[in-house]
This record gives sequence, C-alpha cells and structure tokens, in this order.
Amino acid sequence: MADQPTAAERFIQGILPENPVFRQILGLCPTLAVTNGLKAAITMSAAVMFVLFCANVMISLIRNLLKPHLRIVIFTLTIATFVTIADRFLAAYVYQMSKVLGPYIPLIIVNCIIICRCEVCASKQGVVAAGADAIGQSLGFCLALSSIAIVREILGTGKIFDIRVLPAVWPDWVIMVLPPGAFLTFGLLLGLVNWYSARSQQTAGGK
Amino acid sequence: MKPIQQMEPLSPTAFERLRNNNIIQAWLVLILTLFFGSSLAGVQMTLGPKIEENKLNETLEKIPELILGAEGAQKLAESGGKLDVTPLSFVVDKPGKKAVYNVYEALDKDKKRLGWVVKTGGQGYADRIELLLGVDPEVKTVSGIFVLEQKETPGLGNKIVTDEWRGQFKGKNTEKSLGVVKGGKAGAGDINAITGATISSRSVTDIVNTAVADLKGPLTAKAEGGK
Repeated sequence: MADQPTAAERFIQGILPENPVFRQILGLCPTLAVTNGLKAAITMSAAVMFVLFCANVMISLIRNLLKPHLRIVIFTLTIATFVTIADRFLAAYVYQMSKVLGPYIPLIIVNCIIICRCEVCASKQGVVAAGADAIGQSLGFCLALSSIAIVREILGTGKIFDIRVLPAVWPDWVIMVLPPGAFLTFGLLLGLVNWYSARSQQTAGGK
Repeated sequence: MKPIQQMEPLSPTAFERLRNNNIIQAWLVLILTLFFGSSLAGVQMTLGPKIEENKLNETLEKIPELILGAEGAQKLAESGGKLDVTPLSFVVDKPGKKAVYNVYEALDKDKKRLGWVVKTGGQGYADRIELLLGVDPEVKTVSGIFVLEQKETPGLGNKIVTDEWRGQFKGKNTEKSLGVVKGGKAGAGDINAITGATISSRSVTDIVNTAVADLKGPLTAKAEGGK
C-alpha cells in the first residue's frame, strides 16, 4: 500500500496528467453525445461528479469486505443506486435539462470512468484518497466536456449560454452541433493535448 | 479405530461447504441490495410527486399548441387569452382489461369546445413512450402529437420528438387507422417512417391509432351530450 499515490496526488492527477477523457480515453459516450451545448455538458459533469464521489467513498468504506470475484457486482450495484438518485433528482428540479440529457443520465451506470476509479483507487485506498480522486477525476471530466462543448456551441450556433459571441454574419456551422462535430472537435483537441505534452516533454528533456 | 479417523475430516468439509455456499458468499451483495433498494424507495417517495407535477405542468403548457397548432398557440399567447382546460378521466372496456385515459377538454373563453388532448402511451423500441394526442371535438382529425417521454435510440428513434416528424400527424383523418410507410412515400393516411427507426415510428403510430379507436365513441358521445 505504501506505493499508492496520496490524496493530493490523486486529486492533481485526475485533472490533467491522467485526465479521464484526453489521457485515458474513457467515458466517450457522454463526451461525444452531450457536448453540443455547454449547459448540458456542465449538468452531465455535475451528475458524474456526484455519482463518482458517492460511489468512490462507499466502495472505499467497504473495501475490506470485498471478495475479489464479487467486487464488480458490488461496484455496479453501488453505481446504479447513485445514478438513479441523480436521475430522479434532475427530473424533479431541472426537468427541462433532464429531458435534454434523456437516456445519457441513466447511461452513467455503464460509464467506464466510474468503475475504473472504483477498481483502481477506491477499492485499495482510504476514504480521503478515494474522495480526492473522485473530485479530481470529475473535474478533469468536466474540463474535457466543457472544452469540447465550448468549441462546438460557439462554432455551431455562434452563441454560448444563449449569449451571442460571434458576429451575426457568422454562418453557423450546423455540423458542429450534430454528431460528426463531436468527433471532429474531440479528435482535434486530443491531438492538441498530445502535441502540447510532447512538446513540453521535449523542452524539459533539452534542459 | 477406522470409523473415528474417517469422522474427523468430515466436520471441516461441512464448514468448507458452508463457506463456499453461494448465498453465504454473497452476504454483502444481499445486504447492500436491501439497503440501496430501500433508500431508492425513499428517494422515489420524496421526489416522485414533484416529478409528476413537472410532467403535468408540461402537459398543460402543450395543450394550446396541440389544439390550435403552433401559430394559433402563439397568437393566443400574444392576445393574452387562455384555454379553459378541464381534466377528465375515461374508462374504456377492452377485452380482458380496462383502459383508463386522462383526457383534457379544451374550451375557449366562450365555452366553445375546441378539442381534446389525450394522454396516452405504449411500448416503444427501448422503453415506454408517453404521448399527448390532440384531436378535434368530433374526433375526426388529429390536431397534433407531442412526445412527453421516450428513451429511444439516440440519433435514430429519438427523432420521434422532432417537429418535422411529429408534424406529419397534424390534420390526419381518423376514419381509418394510420399506416407507416418506409422510404418517404406516405399517402394521405400514412406516416413516413424515420430511416433506421421503423419500430419507433410504428410504435408511436400504433399508440395514436389505439387511443383514437378507444376514445372515439366516448368522446363523441360526450361532445354531443354537451350540446
């Protein structure tokens, strides 16, 4: 256990060095599906944060009782419970948003980021590290989703949060808010992140 | 001597068997299931009424559009007018079961009946589809449909919510049941299927047909009785 990262390291790693979307390429279903608007992307990230935090803390608390061959069942059970709570909560308090996100909120159950964090971190480390890990990873997820959503919403509709940012002469690139736009934006941003980290590694090696 | 020696390994075997019993091994799963299940029941009991209220509000908001069409509803909203909506409940006897329909009766300010909005639903491709169906006072034409809830395949089946697709139902005659046609060649009594989502298209059309068939009698009777 001594070589496990500390809580602070877990937190930092989740945001950029081990960003769930750009580095681990996990959770692509919501990444591609709900990033046509910034509002939807943020709601989605908030739901994921709630589920991931609760699931990580819960699994961490019962980690000593887990049996190796039954652990996945327990992970799924825990995640499904919190996802259902999040889904009902959204339907009760932000009804319009929950209609926009539609099936993608229940689909958090099969979001591999969460089961990955339960397996990698929460089932091995204490509550503090697991909680910090959950927050770090979900901030990383939020960052990735928002960056894609900002590009798509601005280029696709010329607006962000219903405020016009591009001049009215901008011919809205409708393709950006349609599914292909998600692949284009995600691919380009992923390339950008890789290019940037390769370059900063080179400069660090040169010194 | 021999029987006693044989007896000794027996008791650990029994213990081992108990330890390896599937149910005993899964004790944590079972306890968590009970615990999570009851907490979800609690959440549903607290939030359920609120969600129902949201749905009801959405239904009431959509009624002008379903009866008068989008332009008519906008005109009404601009003139500050409101429809007089009365919720009613109809029980229809069907072979083997009884179907209960929530129907909203829409009257204008002179108490003239403008139409009915029926809340209905049925099995779609993925999950239940909940619909609002608007019909004229004599149940002769459909004045519009609106999808309240669906979990159809994103990108294919969920196109049933688009204005373009559901707009096809507007003005359809209810004399015969509506059919579903592939390839965009729908006639007057047909609905064009969504490419790649024939089942979703057919489900919605069937839900509409069933509701019209069930309610044509009771609603016409009520409309005539009202005169």
